[in-house]
Order: sequence, then structure tokens, then C-alpha cells
Amino acid sequence: MAPTTSATTRDATPTASARRGLLLRMLPAPLYTGRARALLERSAMVYSRAWLVFVSGVVEPLLYLLAFQVGFGKLVEEVTGPGGETMSYVAFVAPALLAASAMNGAVFDSTFNVFFKFRYNKTYDAMLATPLGPLDIALGEIGWAVLRGGLYAVAFLGVMAGFGLATSPWALLLVPVALLVSFAFAAIGMVCATFLKSPAQFDFVQLAVMPMFLLSTTFYPLSVYPEPLQYAVQCLPLYHGVELTRGLAVGVLDVSMIGHVAYLLVLAAAGAYFTAKRLAGLLLR
Amino acid sequence: MNGEAAAPMVGAPMVEAKALVKRFGDVEAVRGIDVQVRTGEAFGFLGPNGAGKSSTMRMIASTSPRSDGDLRVLGMDPDVDGPRIRARLGSVPQQDTLDTELTLRQNLQIYGRYFGMSRADVRRKATELMEFAQLSERADGLVDALSGGMKRRLTIARSLVNDPDLLLLDEPTTGLDPQARHMLWDRLFRLKAGGVTLIITSHYMDEVEQLCDRLVVMDDGRIVAEGSPSELIARYSTREVLELRFAPGEQGGIAARVAEFGERVEELPDRVLVYTGDGERALEQVHGRDVRPVSSLVRRSTLEDVFLRLTGRTLVD
Ligand SMILES: Nc1ncnc2c1ncn2[C@@H]1O[C@H](COP(=O)(O)OP(=O)(O)OP(=O)(O)O)[C@@H](O)[C@H]1O
Ligand SMILES: [Mg+2]
Repeated sequence: MAPTTSATTRDATPTASARRGLLLRMLPAPLYTGRARALLERSAMVYSRAWLVFVSGVVEPLLYLLAFQVGFGKLVEEVTGPGGETMSYVAFVAPALLAASAMNGAVFDSTFNVFFKFRYNKTYDAMLATPLGPLDIALGEIGWAVLRGGLYAVAFLGVMAGFGLATSPWALLLVPVALLVSFAFAAIGMVCATFLKSPAQFDFVQLAVMPMFLLSTTFYPLSVYPEPLQYAVQCLPLYHGVELTRGLAVGVLDVSMIGHVAYLLVLAAAGAYFTAKRLAGLLLR
Repeated sequence: MNGEAAAPMVGAPMVEAKALVKRFGDVEAVRGIDVQVRTGEAFGFLGPNGAGKSSTMRMIASTSPRSDGDLRVLGMDPDVDGPRIRARLGSVPQQDTLDTELTLRQNLQIYGRYFGMSRADVRRKATELMEFAQLSERADGLVDALSGGMKRRLTIARSLVNDPDLLLLDEPTTGLDPQARHMLWDRLFRLKAGGVTLIITSHYMDEVEQLCDRLVVMDDGRIVAEGSPSELIARYSTREVLELRFAPGEQGGIAARVAEFGERVEELPDRVLVYTGDGERALEQVHGRDVRPVSSLVRRSTLEDVFLRLTGRTLVD
């Protein structure tokens, strides 16, 4: 054995890995071996042939934005935005659309794609025969959805800036918020994907996503709801994403944002963890 | 086992199972088996459908937790050290799990990456393995376009990407044409010569006889016999077998009439088997008794006969 090459290969054994992150030390080895990046590489390979999907993902929310700019913007002149300031309707809706498109992209990625790999293609069975653990798979797949979400968010933010809709330097934080929203929804989406039995059940996913998209203060402020409904809306995950993006876009920050971030972080962590548990339960029988 | 120094034991055995059990709900797929696979040997699991071969293989591959008993693979406990064990395993599952969204080459490369190999290593390895599987011309095509046998070859190639110490092959040659089968056997012999331990399950008697130093015969989740192919044949069968075939409907009662010409007689739906040290002599005696088979055949005993003896059933129909 040539020592140089064998060193690269053999160091592959997880415990010998020099780079032991926090997660690696916290979680039992069979669940996670710190190699989620390999799944990102795989996704990059797959999408190198399907890059058109990316273009459509960038274009779609922009069309929405355009529709609001030239259409709704004419009907509804001004609304009361974060901090009680009046703002144009487009400026009100745009950051919410950014959050919603992060959600949509993540849900699509983590339900459709994951479902077929999981149910039909045995992609994860193959991975679990290698040192990879279920949490590597969960994080790798979620990570891809997050990368995509980030890409779309950057494009979207660019256009918002071009339209003069991002008026504060804080708006740059829309990108990490979009990443967080993507992560949370991808994680939840992936858990759900493990429960789906047939492609027809994707309708359930739509059934959950569509109302969330419409109701999470995306198109009008929370104050239009009667009080009991307000509480319900505040439970929706997208609501928290929208609150963050809307506030940051105009630079109105307040402490409640910590709560929104925490909500999404908890969702993300729980989603990733339960995805890993589900995969282990179903595939490592 | 009985202390014979067949293969020198290097350190701990590759696989050691004691009273190993696998349950799926109410179904007990593996019912307490004891197995020891030594470093460097080729070990076989032989048995009919549903015997529990794949269940056992998946427990060894550390992709299926055991329900009971004790299991050590490469000296480690799969429940605790699954990833470290799998890092040194190659696994050919019964059903192909190729990545249908990737090309052949990408399949091999990304699999190597799952093992933490460097990009340069997996590129080199992929080219080498494509050659081995004789699929180099298809390297940049998608997996879906391959024939069943080609997919199988790619799965086998993929299992070698990490230069495993222990290779698990669950019915590796199903779907392969004879030429591809012999090519694979040849390659497995060479891997073994290079020190790789092989565990093979199969329905094919000739495959197991050719490849395996030792094997166990499994039936209904239990091990019913264990030994080298020749030991098993010597222990459970006679040197030769006389096969008698009759026209439809004429086989009734024959078994009793020819019973005295062999040590043992088995009646199958389509033929009668007479187990004897000397098949030609038995055939003469059968003819002398005025039994007129449509055709007859004298052959050497195989593991198939061992299996028939042990379980009362044929392995392949
Ligand atoms: N995932 C599973 N869930 C439920 N039962 C299972 C599962 N896998 C195997 N079994 C059952 O366990 C028993 C043994 O199956 P196994 O696949 O180990 O047999 P085998 O010897 O590999 O058979 P074959 O030659 O057909 O491959 C069978 O009764 C089978 O139905
Ligand atoms: Mg099987």
C-alpha cells in the first residue's frame, strides 16, 4: 500500500477524521458522520444537466414582483408597513414574496425530489451502505435546497434593489433570512416526504403550502385579521419569515425578530432530526 | 469450529455471529444462527427463497440492526460502529441501488466520495472499475439505458470502489450471462488471492462450489449444515446419483421398486433420484427389474443433493 493514497482513503473512517465538528461530537456515530457535503456534490452533478430549473426558479418570483409593480401597485397606493410607516404596496409585498419563494423552492425540493429518491430509486439505501448516516443524508438534501434558495434570494434582492424596494442596508440580511426559511421548510418538507405513499399525495403538500402562502401576512398586514385569527396566523412558520424580511427590507428592527429567528431555527433543527430518524426507521430495518 | 488449521487466523475473525436473530414484526427471518467467517476465506450462504440469507447479509453489512444475539464484523459491533465497519465493506445488495439520475462514471465517483475518498482517487478508480465491468464505452450514458446484467456489473464494480477488506455479494450473478458470470468468478478469485474476504449468497450450486471454501446451508432462518462443499457432499450424499425420468403419469410407484439399488431414493415431481456409489451399476439393476425410464443420467453428487437431503426440497426448480 502506498502510504500517501491510503492515508486519504483510510482517514475516511469517521473517527479518524481530523475535523470533528460540534455535531459530530454530540450525535451518535451511526446517525451522522459529517459527510453531508458529498450529497451536495451529487446534487450538483444531477443539476449540471438540468440547470434550466434554476432559471425558472429565479424568474418565477420576479414575474410576481412585476405583476405587483405594474398591476396591484396602481390599485392599492399605500399601506402601513413595519414601524407604522406608510410605504408603497409593492415595497410591502416584495420582501414577503422573497420569503414565500424561499419556502416554495425548499418545499418543492424536499418533497418531490426526496420522495422519488426515497420511494422508487433507492438512492438513500445505496448511501446508507456506505459510512454515511441518515443525518448526513438529511443535512445534505436540506443543504441543497438551502443553496438553491440562497441563489434565488440573491437574484430577487438584486431586482428589489433595482426597483428601489430595498431601502435599508439591513436588506442585505434578507439573504441569510431566506437561507433560514429555506432550511426550515426543507427540513419540514423532508419529514413530510417520508410519510407520503404515492405521488398523488403531493396534493396534501399543496394543501398545506398554498394557504400558508396566502395567509401569512404576505399580501396584507396582520391587523386586518380579527384577533383570534391573528394568533393562528402567528403560528404559521412563513409568518415569521415574512416578518423578518419585511422588517429588514426597510431597516425597521425590533426584539421580536429574535423570536422569529428562534422559531425558524427550532423548526429547522427539529425537521432535520426527525428526517434522520424517519430515514433510519424506514431504511435501516 | 473443530480446530482444524485450514486457513491461518489473522487476528479476530471477519464476522462472528452468535445466536443471531432477525425479526420483522411477527416474521422471524433469522432464528439464531452461529457463523464465523475467517479472514481471507470465501464463505457462502446457500438456501431457498425466504431462508434468511439477505436478512443475514444486511445485518453483516451494518444496514439492518439485529433483533437479538451477538454480532461482530471486523471485530466491531455494527450497532455502535456501523459507519467504521461500512467504511471497510463492499456491498452488492440483492436489488441494484444504482443512482438513476447519474451517469455510470458519476455513479462510481460519487460512491467513492461517500467513502470520503479524494476527487483524484475517485476519478482514477472510476476509470479502472469501468474497465473491470467492461462498461467503458457506456461511461457517460445514464444508468437507465443499461441492460439488467450491465446494471449488475456496475453494482459489483461500485462495491469495489473503496478497496474493501470484506466483500458482501447477495446473489451477485443473477441476471448475468454465462460469460459475465465467469468473468466475475475470475475477478472474485483474484480479489480473494489479494486477501479480500468474500461472503456470497447464491441459488447457484456451481457458483458456491466453485467459489466458496466453506458454506452454510440455510433453511427457514436456521443453519442446517456447515462445511466445505466437498465435505458436505461426502457427509450428506453419495458419490454418484442416477436420475431416472419417466413419461408423464408413469412415475408412480417406481421409487419403491428401485429403492434397494441405492442407499437412498428421492422422488421429485419430474424424476426419481437414486443415490449410490456406482450409478452405472444401479442403472443396470434398474433395467434388470424391467423399469423403463424415458431417459436416465448418471452424475456426480452436488450441493443440490445435499440440500435436497437436508430440507426435502429442491433449491432451484
Ligand atoms: N423488510 C422486511 N420486512 C418484512 N419482512 C421481511 C423483510 N425482509 C425480509 N423479510 C422476510 O424475512 C424472510 C427472509 O427473507 P430474506 O430476504 O432474508 O430471504 P432470502 O434467503 O434472501 O431469500 P431470497 O432467496 O428470495 O432472496 C422472508 O420471510 C421475508 O418475507
Ligand atoms: Mg435474498
